[in-house]
Order: sequence, then structure tokens, then C-alpha cells
Amino acid sequence: MKITEETVEYVAGLARLLLSADEKKMMSDQMGDILEYMDKLNSLDTRDILPMEHLERASNVFREDSVVKSFDRDKILANAPDKEEGAFKVPRIVD
Amino acid sequence: MEIARLTIKDISRMLRNREASAVEITNGFYERIESTDAKIGAYISLCREKALEDAANAQKKADAGEGGLLNGVPAAVKDNMCTEGMATTCASRMLENFIPPYTATAVEKIKAEGAVLLGKLNLDEFAMGSSTGNSYFGQTKNPWDERRVPGGSSGGSAAAVASGQAVFALGSDTGGSIRQPAAFCGVVGLKPTYGTVSRHGLVAFASSLDQIGPLTKTVEDSAIVLNAISGRDQRDSTSMETGIPDYTEGIDGGARGLMIGVPSQYLSDGVSPGVRKQIGEAIKAYEKMGAVCEETSIELADYAIAAYYIISSAEASSNLARYDGIKYGYRSSGYANLTDLYNKTRSEGFGSEAKRRIMLGTYVLSSGYYDAYYKKALRVRRLIKNEFDALFKKYDLILGPTAPTTAFRIGEKEGNPLEMYMGDVFTVSVNIAGLPAISIPCGLDENNLPVGMQLIGKAFGERTILRAAKAFEMEFPFLISEEGGRHGL
Repeated sequence: MKITEETVEYVAGLARLLLSADEKKMMSDQMGDILEYMDKLNSLDTRDILPMEHLERASNVFREDSVVKSFDRDKILANAPDKEEGAFKVPRIVD
Repeated sequence: MEIARLTIKDISRMLRNREASAVEITNGFYERIESTDAKIGAYISLCREKALEDAANAQKKADAGEGGLLNGVPAAVKDNMCTEGMATTCASRMLENFIPPYTATAVEKIKAEGAVLLGKLNLDEFAMGSSTGNSYFGQTKNPWDERRVPGGSSGGSAAAVASGQAVFALGSDTGGSIRQPAAFCGVVGLKPTYGTVSRHGLVAFASSLDQIGPLTKTVEDSAIVLNAISGRDQRDSTSMETGIPDYTEGIDGGARGLMIGVPSQYLSDGVSPGVRKQIGEAIKAYEKMGAVCEETSIELADYAIAAYYIISSAEASSNLARYDGIKYGYRSSGYANLTDLYNKTRSEGFGSEAKRRIMLGTYVLSSGYYDAYYKKALRVRRLIKNEFDALFKKYDLILGPTAPTTAFRIGEKEGNPLEMYMGDVFTVSVNIAGLPAISIPCGLDENNLPVGMQLIGKAFGERTILRAAKAFEMEFPFLISEEGGRHGL
């Protein structure tokens, strides 16, 4: 399986990653190798098999719908890279 | 007091008989860390002041004849489990300065039983890797041979226990991250059935596969820690009440009458001769103990790696999308707008393996490839689970090596991720099927490196695993040495 550098660039865009020229080249080679290996799954017949996302042991899990204390705002904001007036601060989104 | 060899039971006895105080024991472990960790590099951070407070409290409880299973026992946890007020880095630049506002349930539970937390242990970044070489804080070394890796991703946990820097450690296992380092470092590592231990506060890698478990010096200690950490937690809807009140129950029952399947694929030519030889010895030991060992087959063994790396990378790409430089964690300093902030933050904050997994996961989930890769892998996941279900109609346990080789050299597999992934061939299918499995020391290979044997059980069959592992441990006893490694008697 060939993964072109254009594909790498497209996927990196989806994943919000900027890759250097070296990283793109390496990613293209390595992803190509790995995906080619993964293609071996195609030799298995799975036509009537349902996909299994999780272990399906519990059908649903309920808890009491009661109000409990949440985190203190300042405690949560303590880790924020940038904050102002009790809120997370981000660059301007709308011009 | 030979600090390095102490087990949980030893500490309980010492406190009961007043052979040493909890504070003396804790200080003893910090001295051991000081004298060995410059070489090993198992710890990312230490919390001595708090630990000595906790030890003093444990001593008060011991004096009053109170205290839980782990009272006064010095322990450490992998640095992907949240600890309130104490950095939780995931060995990533992204979380280098992250101080969680809460503590993971499993950590809370060992502390509630009186365990004294010594510090946080190194890992591959976000638990992605098999060498602990993908850490922002540097490579942990194998206590048996410092030129070699301790395994991964819970390499710090395994190395700390093997070198006597903690009585036990918690690790996490998504595709073998407890068992493979346990094998490489010659300690006991248990990956419980999915749902047995709450994942609340475990930084998510692949949520349908991740599970926390103990790394210990003995099988019995493994059961004792599992008693403390297991159970349903409202904060993790996938956690379950297992209905097993005591994992040590029946642990001395021996191996007589157990039906053990040994898949021929687990002893193929891909397994090193030294590992094959020791597993052969283990099979003989089990037969001597009255178990029935029978060759069997896992036809899908060869497909597990491909399915695992599709599913785990897909989940990882989704879980790691949260690191955007807004709410917590690293933020790049120079950016033009919001998208640029995301791009630069993530590119600077993640290491190369995390990026590779994010890229792979994003690719297999992207439009046009979702059915071909992700859906296909989920179908194969069901096939793998079905095959285990069929095997467990006949067998109590599946036996084989934990890894195809013993510890490899540092840097040996760098630059070849696929080769690194192939080393997980015997461990990943256990996570895919949500089963419990243990790795226990099984002698040494020709290079004097520990070989790990894996026992896989039915879902919630931990007690059978622990009983069989304990029986084997009696036949093949290992001891921690003062020099650092564990050595066969």
C-alpha cells in the first residue's frame, strides 16, 4: 500500500498536526508499511459478522439523577494556559 | 532489612510485630530509590514529604490495630493515573505541567487501604509503546541489564518493582503494557478482565481496551492489590461488580486437574529459542503438578496485531483530540489564529509515536477507509473473541510466552515501528477479547534475562489464573536481589 505525502498532508490536516518535510516522508513510508500489513485482514471472510465496538456485557447503566457538587471553577482554571474573568481564553474566532 | 525483597505480606508482618515503623520503611524505600534510580530512571516524580505523612498515619492505624490490606505499604503508580495536586504527565510534553484536580479511582482505592504513594512512574508517552523509550523524560533501563529496555508501556512500573524501589506498582494495559514489561523485568503483572477496575482518572488511550492492574513481586501480592482496586465505580460506566469478594480465595489450591491449552502458534519459529525452552519447562512443571497440558490452535493469532493497531489507533486519535491547548496542558507560544494554535500546540506537544498513532487512527476512521479498515477490524475483533470463547469451553487456561523474546537492546527497534508492534503478538488479543491474563517469571534465557509466561483465563476467571500462577511460583521461585534484578534460586 502506497501512502503518498499528499495523503499524509491531508490526514495531518484532519488531525490538526503540522508535519515537517522529514516527518511527512517518514510518515508516508511507515504508514504505508503498517497499512500494507493491516491489509492481511482482507483474507478473512467477515461477511456475516457484526462489528464489535465494545464487550457488550452491560446493556445500560443507570444512576440516581441527583445534583452533586461539581469541581470548583478556580481549580479547573488553574491548569488553563490562558484565562480571563473566570473563563478559558482563546484567540478571536469571529472577525 | 532487605528493602528490595519486601512483599506486601512482609510489610504487614513487620508492622504487626513492630520490627520497623511505617516511616522507617518508607524512608528505606526512598534511600533505595536514591541509590538506584540514577541508573534505572523508573520515576518521573517523587512525593517524599506527603509519603512520610501518609506513613505516619499508617503507623497510627497499625498501632490501633486498624488499617487496610495495604496499610503502610510503599507503592508507586504509572504517571498516566491522575493524582490530585501532583503532576500527571503521561510522559508527554503535552501534560508536563498538568496538575489534576482529582485522583483516579484505582489510586484512591490503594490509598484508602493505607498504601503510601512514593511517586509516579515512567511510561511510553500516553502508554503508546513497548520499550518506555517514547518518554519525554527519557528512557527507563532494565534493572537486569541497563543496556536493555524494561519493556513498555508500564516500563517504569516494572523496573521499580524489579529493582525494589516500590513494593508494588500500578500499571495500565491496552495491548500488553503491564504484562510485557513484567516479563522483561522478571516480575508478576496482571491485566484484569475489562471492567474489573475503574478507568476513572486513567488518562484514556484506547477506552475499549485499557485496563489498570498490579505489578508485584509475588502472585499473592497481585491478588491482594486486585482486592483493593477492583469493583464497580459510578464514575466509569464500563466498570462492573465482579461478584468476587476476595481474589486470594483458593489461591493455594494447586494446579491439579486444570485443563491448559497451549496454542502451537504461541511456540512458533518466531519465538526465540531461550523463551521456547523455558515455556517448555513450564509445561513440564504443570504436568508434574497434575495439570493437563494439551497442544491446541488459535487460528486467528496471526491477525490480532493488525486488528489491534487499527482499533487502538482509531480510539487513540479520538481520545487525543482533546489536547488542543485550551483547557489544560501545553500551548504553543506563537500562533496566528485558533487553527494555528491547535496545529502548533499538537505538533510541538506530542512525540513521534503519539503522532504516528494519531495519523494511523485518523486515516482508518477517515471517509473512504472507515469500512475497509476500522469496521473490518471490529468484525475481526468479534471473530477473535468467538475463538477464545470456543477454546474456553474446553480449557481453563491458555498458556504461552508473554513476548516472543526477552528484553531487547535500547534503540534496537527505533525507526521500525512495525517491528516494535510485532512484539505484542501474544498480548494484544487478550485486550481485544477483554480477558484477564497474567505474566509470571519463568526462569532465565541464555543471556540471563527473565522470560515471562502468560496465562490467559476466561472473563472474570482471575482466581483460576492466580491459583495456577501461585502453584507455578512455588515450583519456580524467584527472589529480588539487593543488586537490583530478580534472580532464580
